[in-house]
Amino acid sequence: MTSSQNWLFRPFQERSTQIFLGVLITALIVVTFLHLFMPQDSALHVSAYTVTLLGKYLCYALLAVAVDLVWGYLGILSLGHGAFFALGGYAMGMYLMRQIGDRGTYGDPILPDFMVFLNWQELPWYWLGFDMAWFAFIMVLLAPGLLALVFGFLAFRSRVTGVYLSIITQALTFALMLAFFRNEMGFGGNNGLTDFRDILGFNLRSDATRLGLFIATGIALALGYIICRAIVTSKLGRVSVACRDAEARTRFLGYRVERVQLFVFVISAMLAGVAGALYVPQVGIINPSEFSPLFSIEIVVWVALGGRATLYGAVIGAILVNYAKTVFTGVMPDAWLFALGALFVLVTVFLPKGIAGLLQKRKKAENDDDPATAQEATA
Amino acid sequence: MGILRSLLSLRLASLLVLLMAIAAPAFSQTEEDPGQALLANLADASPRQMDAAIEAIVNSGDPRARSWLDAFGNNRLSRNKDTGQVVVVLRNVGRDWTIADPLTGENLGEISRRELDRVNINNAIRGKLEGVLAMLDLYSTNPEIQRAAAEAMMGKVNEPVIEPLNKLLEQDLPPRVRDRLELAVAIYQLEQGDAQAKAEAITVLTGSLHSRARAALNNAVAGDDPAIAASAKAALVSIEQKLKMNRAAETLYFGLSLGSVLVLAAIGLAITFGVMGVINMAHGELIMLGAYTTWGMQQLLPGQPGLALILSIPAGFMVAALAGIAIERSVIQYLKGRPLETLLATFGISLILQQLVRTVISPLNRSVTTPEWMSGSLVINDALSLTLNRLYVIGFALVVFAGLMLIMRKTRLGLEVRAVTQNRAMARSMGIKATRVDIMTFALGSGVAGLAGVALSQITNVGPNLGQNYIIDSFMVVVFGGVGNLWGTLVAGLTLGTINQILEPWAGAVLAKIMVLVMIILFIQKRPKGLFPQKGRAAEG
Repeated sequence: MTSSQNWLFRPFQERSTQIFLGVLITALIVVTFLHLFMPQDSALHVSAYTVTLLGKYLCYALLAVAVDLVWGYLGILSLGHGAFFALGGYAMGMYLMRQIGDRGTYGDPILPDFMVFLNWQELPWYWLGFDMAWFAFIMVLLAPGLLALVFGFLAFRSRVTGVYLSIITQALTFALMLAFFRNEMGFGGNNGLTDFRDILGFNLRSDATRLGLFIATGIALALGYIICRAIVTSKLGRVSVACRDAEARTRFLGYRVERVQLFVFVISAMLAGVAGALYVPQVGIINPSEFSPLFSIEIVVWVALGGRATLYGAVIGAILVNYAKTVFTGVMPDAWLFALGALFVLVTVFLPKGIAGLLQKRKKAENDDDPATAQEATA
Repeated sequence: MGILRSLLSLRLASLLVLLMAIAAPAFSQTEEDPGQALLANLADASPRQMDAAIEAIVNSGDPRARSWLDAFGNNRLSRNKDTGQVVVVLRNVGRDWTIADPLTGENLGEISRRELDRVNINNAIRGKLEGVLAMLDLYSTNPEIQRAAAEAMMGKVNEPVIEPLNKLLEQDLPPRVRDRLELAVAIYQLEQGDAQAKAEAITVLTGSLHSRARAALNNAVAGDDPAIAASAKAALVSIEQKLKMNRAAETLYFGLSLGSVLVLAAIGLAITFGVMGVINMAHGELIMLGAYTTWGMQQLLPGQPGLALILSIPAGFMVAALAGIAIERSVIQYLKGRPLETLLATFGISLILQQLVRTVISPLNRSVTTPEWMSGSLVINDALSLTLNRLYVIGFALVVFAGLMLIMRKTRLGLEVRAVTQNRAMARSMGIKATRVDIMTFALGSGVAGLAGVALSQITNVGPNLGQNYIIDSFMVVVFGGVGNLWGTLVAGLTLGTINQILEPWAGAVLAKIMVLVMIILFIQKRPKGLFPQKGRAAEG
């Protein structure tokens, strides 16, 4: 069993993973400490709002890692990962909806408010079971996983690759967005699912729950990162890189390219689903706009900015861009789309390897210099 | 008795009008206007003599008879107490009323209402007058009035007019008027006539798409004569079939219209993506620029939407083409051979362009006026009419497509483009300036996007999101049709548009769109290279 141990523990022997996990865990501890033990009026105090905001960034970071896994290591530019994110989010949202119980505006013990509003008499079959946390959490993995499985099976089997695949993933998320906007779908239509009360019995509006969710997200990100590292450092990971660089050649060497692609694609979709599931209780709403093609393509630019095929680059990119977005939309909302657009252009033209590429260059130049110090500074 | 008399008189009238129509110019200005005597006669008539007086006016065949009787029916015919002259009251508000000479139409100024003596009319006479007026309109030499009157007859035929109508039908009539009147008479016969007349009426009504004809037949089916009911039912079935055909034709028309919009939006992309291999996510925004050019042109030329629209065709092309060149030079040329990066960079450009329009012009939709010659619709029959603006868009799409085909097939540029696409190095060694060809091709594709925008401005809202709404559809069309194949784009666009319109009635607009998207996604699995995959040497480039 040594080989399987190697497979699982190899990531921990990598310097980049050690540093990444070190930074992440330190950040979690520091934020928790500053939030709990610093007095409210201290400059160092981290408010509950900030904790939730950071939690949101970490969700995005996990999502970016999922995208980097398929784009960086498999060469599949998915413009539809927002769909998996949103599906995970909806699964969680449905659980949270059922948890409201009779505390909704209409006080119906079973039906969520929007169904009462639409005059529905009973719960649709696909809502059954979502009152149980374990079922909902399985669905968080299963719903995006199944979609990715079916979609990927069809696409990879017929060797749809490159730009074509990108465009049909975009069409997929666009179609889902239109579908979820419909009231008849039973997912709250335009307004989505919101007005959540508690999760696993904890009040969602309390600071402690928020901190808990933040820490949970951090742990999920760490686990997701380790899983991805484990995959890319395994033999499977090497084959998938081979698929990325020379698909036909890999096939001729006897590898079942489509199986590798399918496996990695499904894992990535599930990670995105988990990110969505953690995102929803923290922002308090899930609606069809998460399916919008713009969001999905935005994720790709986080990864591009951070640096493709590094995984930690995706995390840096996601956090940086979203921090910039928070700042911009607060200070000058009109300028945000200009900045984002310019970012798309500048990164692709001038920074093809992203920030991680810059770091690696420096590392090469100063041989011994540690990439993590720079990473810490930016993160 | 009075009814019979008026029927007879109308028969006379019809003959007379016919004569007068031939000899119309003969009595423009005689010394003594006969109208004066006719009007005086009417004004003097006792209620019993009214019939005769009206008949006299009708029988005179005077072209002004319509206006006199109209005024009479509206209580606007009065007599000046002083002079005894019969006048038409133009405005009867206040103390002083405005009057006019019924003979010349000349405005006679204001006069105290006390000076006027109204020519009275009672309800019995007014009822008759309406029938008489309708008939007069049917005899009108103005085809518009005649047609409107025939249209108004549908389902309004009653006993007093049936005889004169039959008389009128014996004459030479414009086909549309005849058709209408025959239907109107048949509807009446089906409701009131004897068994023989009913059977004949059903024969006439068979195949008519007018809703009143269907209503009459439906009533007949419910009637008590089984033979009539059966044949009415048969007629209804054949009408239903015809209606179905018309609905199918309408769906096809809507489908073609939507399809031609898709073709217009996608055809530029077929050039830049299909031929050059450049993924231009800002294509939608180039369409938007074209649409905004139309709007801007109309702002520059207020009051002349038609001229502005025609001028915006070249202007929209130029604006979008220049924007395209700017994009190509500033970004795309540095990303050659990296399609996914090109996709991201051009997406960034699309965000910037959208936001630019939002900031500089407005985040709200702008309204573009449709010129008069493009509004309205082409009426094919009672169940089918085609809106003109969509017809123009279909035509425009075909013209643009033909033009592009010509450029790609018959011009030096087209030859060079194809050469560079197939083998860049070889083309360059033959002396083709590949960079110049790149620029020209991209400008061409972008310019066509601008043209699409000009056309779209006529059928949809012009706003910052205009392009976004079309970009995914456009890519779908190009991919569905087969990349690098202009014919494929045409077929794909029209097919998708039609399928969408066929699905829409029973699935709803959103669901239809989703179904089309899913269908394309599945289709691509089956045939990854689209409907018409490129074959030969260019395929592996």
